[in-house]
Amino acid sequence: MRRNLIFILMSIEIMLNGTGVAFVAAGSRWGQPDGQIMFLFILATAAAEVSVGLALVLRFYRLRHNLDADAASEMRG
Amino acid sequence: MEAAFYIAAIVAIVSTALTITRLNAVHALLYLIVSLLAVAVVFYAMGAPLVAALEVIIYAGAIMVLFVFVVMMLNLGKRAAITEGQWMQENIWVGPVLLSAVLIAEVVYLILRARLTGSAGGVVDPKQVGLALYGPYLIGVELSSMLLLGALVGACHLGRPVLEKAEDRYDRNSDGARAPSGGNLIRAGAGRPPDAP
Amino acid sequence: MLGLLWLIPAIPFASALALAVLRFSRKQVAWIAVGATAASTLVSVLVTIAFLSAPPVAHSYTQVLWTWIDVGGLRPEIALYLDPLSLIMTLVVAFVSFLIHLYSTEFMIDDDGYSRFFAYMNLFVASMLTLLLANNLLLLYLGWEGVGLCSYLLIGFWYRDPANGAAGRKAFVVTRIGDTAMVIGLFLLFRDLGTLQIQELMQRASQSWHTGSPAAVAAALLLLGGAVGKSAQLPLQTWLPDAMAGPTPVSALIHAATMVTAGVYLIARMHVLYSLAPAAQFTVALVGAATLLIAGFSALTQWDLKRVLAYSTMSQIGYMFLALGVGAWPAAIFHFMTHAFFKALLFLTAGIVIEALHDEHNIFHMGGLRSRLPVAFWTFLIAGCSLAGLPLITAGAFSKDWIIWGAWSGPGGSPGLWIVALLGVLLTSLYTFRMIFLVFFGEARSEVTKRPGKAMLIPCFVLAFLSIVGGYVKTPFARFLETVLPWTEGTHAVPITELFSEVAAALVFLTGVYFAYIFFLRRRAFTAALASSVAGSALHQFWFSDWGMDWLYDRVFVKPLVWFARIDKGDFMDGFYTGVARMNELAWRILSRTETGRLRWYAAGIAAGSVVFIAVVLFL
Repeated sequence: MRRNLIFILMSIEIMLNGTGVAFVAAGSRWGQPDGQIMFLFILATAAAEVSVGLALVLRFYRLRHNLDADAASEMRG
Repeated sequence: MEAAFYIAAIVAIVSTALTITRLNAVHALLYLIVSLLAVAVVFYAMGAPLVAALEVIIYAGAIMVLFVFVVMMLNLGKRAAITEGQWMQENIWVGPVLLSAVLIAEVVYLILRARLTGSAGGVVDPKQVGLALYGPYLIGVELSSMLLLGALVGACHLGRPVLEKAEDRYDRNSDGARAPSGGNLIRAGAGRPPDAP
Repeated sequence: MLGLLWLIPAIPFASALALAVLRFSRKQVAWIAVGATAASTLVSVLVTIAFLSAPPVAHSYTQVLWTWIDVGGLRPEIALYLDPLSLIMTLVVAFVSFLIHLYSTEFMIDDDGYSRFFAYMNLFVASMLTLLLANNLLLLYLGWEGVGLCSYLLIGFWYRDPANGAAGRKAFVVTRIGDTAMVIGLFLLFRDLGTLQIQELMQRASQSWHTGSPAAVAAALLLLGGAVGKSAQLPLQTWLPDAMAGPTPVSALIHAATMVTAGVYLIARMHVLYSLAPAAQFTVALVGAATLLIAGFSALTQWDLKRVLAYSTMSQIGYMFLALGVGAWPAAIFHFMTHAFFKALLFLTAGIVIEALHDEHNIFHMGGLRSRLPVAFWTFLIAGCSLAGLPLITAGAFSKDWIIWGAWSGPGGSPGLWIVALLGVLLTSLYTFRMIFLVFFGEARSEVTKRPGKAMLIPCFVLAFLSIVGGYVKTPFARFLETVLPWTEGTHAVPITELFSEVAAALVFLTGVYFAYIFFLRRRAFTAALASSVAGSALHQFWFSDWGMDWLYDRVFVKPLVWFARIDKGDFMDGFYTGVARMNELAWRILSRTETGRLRWYAAGIAAGSVVFIAVVLFL
């Protein structure tokens, strides 16, 4: 529950990593390559998401000069 | 092999926990890198050398480096650390801990119930993975390449320097500039009371 | 000639329609309205002549106009039925209506709602005639409702004063209660006997029901309920005194001569049914006897001239009910006829007096009008004597003596009822002559500002004449009605002759006059002192308020109903539906709090949701 956007993105990376671990473990349990393949896709997704996300963070910072996620609640209501 | 697995696993968990509790963004990132490396070791111990390598190269090598670059660019200094400290209160951990406890309980329950017979052993070769990739999972490869292309374009566009719009220049020279929002159309609504329609 | 029967109700109806829809000048309105009733009367006379000269088969003539409804077994027609009973009543109603319309052309001349008034009056006459001439109970009920409607409209005629509207509403609601009883009675009759056509009904009833069968008693009692409401008898009599809020011609026509006698007509028409249900018939007699006493006592205490006459009407109709209840059917109808004459005359003359004294209703503010309004005095005196029963020269005496005799000797009669009837005579003469002495004798207390014109006086003369002469037709009357309403004398333990009864009545009448003279002319101070003593004033108050019935009904019926309506103001069913709407609103308010726009909040939501989802999948 961190407010800083960077930390939020970091936490997302951790999550994705965790699911990757689960997949690989499942794949190796049955000796199939499928788990690793899933991990590959997850990895690609993470990469895409990180790049776009960080670009957005940069824009956000340039606009507001702070990285508070709670302050960005203009879509409330 | 077993010992390596357990040690690396513990390292991963600990360093992840440290990541999310740091105040300084760079410190947190470093701990995250450690965690990723530990996970790579776990992968190798489970018999997935390809993924282990990829984890190190791509995840820890490219993605985390990207993070570090952005954090450096944002120049989050001492003041950011202090702000983080203000925001980090004890009571924000209650919810996540609760939810995580529930999840852990579920996982433990599943593991105990499933009566796993241990790993089947066997290293899965990169060769096998490659064959599977270019066989049944071909479409996944194509799709992820398109995804990466989209990400590339998006990041490129979003990262461009913001050109000053004509209305901003106009507003700077007019009454709008002297308004509390300073002529910034986006900022103009930031000071509204919470329950305005 | 008999084929003209349908014109009798049709002409006033058409005139009412014309007056309601089109615009006419005052003179035209008067001509149309009075002309309609005159035409109706003329046709009635022609029909009477035809009927008398060449009596049709079985002394009845039916004219079917068209079939009204044809569904299931119910097939009422718009059909008019003429027999001696309906003939007499039609004649009287048409003629008296004509006279009162003539009177009203001058009485209402200053009023803004002139043509509205006559439209309503003509509609009333049309409904009443429909009621009288109806062949089946459904058409009769149509006329019944029509007169109820017109009564409401005419009582509240001066609608700008809310009190008049309230009086009209009260009349309507109270008679409505009676009407509902009547409708249930109609349902019962149709269900058991399969027809609503009166003659067939009577036949089937006497075939299928033995005397005293519960179905007959139930139907008779329910019809009695309707009659009681319309004729202002106990317990539904509370509306009549308040109905005096309407214009005086309205009181004269509707509440003296015609509408209030609709109940009498109904019971007389269905006399076969009542013969089959002696319990119900006895109830009729009881109702009549009780009402005539209660109304008599109440009339003694009223100070409003018209209210005294209203209570008097109640009392006289009690007499008619008493006659019906003891089986003296023709006596009731005869009294109806004479009562129509003298009561209408009383009201018309009262109207003259009230107008002359510039709208003064209080008899204690009147006095000494004997010399100043001589015509009014003499006509009022004649009518009053007829009402009280001055023997030999007034019509009222003949009819009332017949009833009193019938109370003793009729099939349902008894000495007790005879005594009650005599007591009624005492009360009647007491309150009548109280009125006469207070209004016309003594010193003058108000100034005479208006004198009546010809249009108002001619009807009074005619009615006065009839009030004297009307009694002499008693024997041919009875014979004429015999085919429809048989009259038999029962035997009693103590035989008294009719003459004895008549003499007794005459003596009681004179006693009443004497007492009225003493109390209200000679020793007025004594009377006033008596009335203000403790017991006297309590009794006075009790009789004045109609024996407390208004108060009773208010407490028992009106207040609980109003209370219930008030607590249901939020309307439980409505509350259910608005509750749904309000719950939706509440949910909206709660849910819109979750749209905080805060990223962490949303992320937390996703996390919690996924946890729950996993849990559900695993454990359920």
